[in-house]
Amino acid sequence: MKQLLDLFFTFIRIGGLTFGGGYAMLPMLQKEVVDKKKWASEEELMDYYAIGQCTPGVIAVNTATFIGYKISGILGAVFATFGVIFPSLIIITIIALFLQNFAHLPVVQHAFSGITVCVCVLILSAVIRLGKKSITDAAGLFIFLLVFILSMVFDLSPVFLVVIAGFLGVFFCWLKTRKLKGERAS
Amino acid sequence: MIFIQLFIEFFKAGLFAVGGGLATLPFLYDIMNETHWFTVRDLTNLIAVSECTPGPLGVNMATYVGNLTKGPAGGIIATIGLVTPSVIIIILVANFLQKFKDAKIVQNIFYGLRPASTALITCAMCLVAKTAFLRLDLFHKTGQWLDLLNWQHLLLGVLLWIGLVKFKKHPVIYIGIAAVCGIAFQL
Repeated sequence: MKQLLDLFFTFIRIGGLTFGGGYAMLPMLQKEVVDKKKWASEEELMDYYAIGQCTPGVIAVNTATFIGYKISGILGAVFATFGVIFPSLIIITIIALFLQNFAHLPVVQHAFSGITVCVCVLILSAVIRLGKKSITDAAGLFIFLLVFILSMVFDLSPVFLVVIAGFLGVFFCWLKTRKLKGERAS
Repeated sequence: MIFIQLFIEFFKAGLFAVGGGLATLPFLYDIMNETHWFTVRDLTNLIAVSECTPGPLGVNMATYVGNLTKGPAGGIIATIGLVTPSVIIIILVANFLQKFKDAKIVQNIFYGLRPASTALITCAMCLVAKTAFLRLDLFHKTGQWLDLLNWQHLLLGVLLWIGLVKFKKHPVIYIGIAAVCGIAFQL
């Protein structure tokens, strides 16, 4: 029970402090889930994001469910998910009830421009952290550049790109083992 | 029963919208056309509100639309509808992964997925950077290269970056500083 509540409150913090959707949650997850609580490794976080991209639903919720399930099973998944959506429920309900013009208030717009700059800087630092772990060799760099260009320039669907990357991963590993066997044989 | 209908509509959006919060948007248009629970103006307002409040975009949208339709209870029902498919699917996937995570083939797949995941996040960052640092409308109007970059935002970005690298504090501290700077300097 203590662990479930810990999950719930940690994800309330993460949900309540994340501006700008699932990707912006990444720096918050690295700090709270990887550094502080040690519930998942950096690599696992990346795996959850990759899967969250190509399974239906909100990425932030998918990631919370994954971590909750890993820590305490189905109940953990439910508690973590409920935690991550809880602040939204409260804040948005208040805005919808009392502050219909909230987004158009000058003070909110100014604060939000500042926050957008910060979100950008935070995601950059998160990406550098991930890149150090995920791009370890030439094949990794190739997959990174391929997916980046296909997504940025050709706007291909993440689902398609994640599937291709999975196949490429298997292919490059197969190449590597073949090369090793070849070296051993000669 | 409008509550059951609300749940079912958002359950569908959660089940079929792949790729995060903004992918939910086309489904909201569908719901609007079918049910007339809300208007296009509500939707534009909803996007603005979802983006400048904390929390996942899709969840914010569902809560807002649910509220417009049937008050606070509607917001809760719509949001639960949206996340239910995710929770079920991810539990199934996580369960499968736990059983097979040591299998060679699964490890090889993840070896390919990790750089791809990093690339997709980098793309998302580039899109945010475009709205944060570039002033494309102004540039198109004046054609001056100096107008292309938003220098104030860039300066704030550089200062935040230095602070982040140097002091490594919790991300929320930098978000707070950025919000205060935004208000103080009318960014």
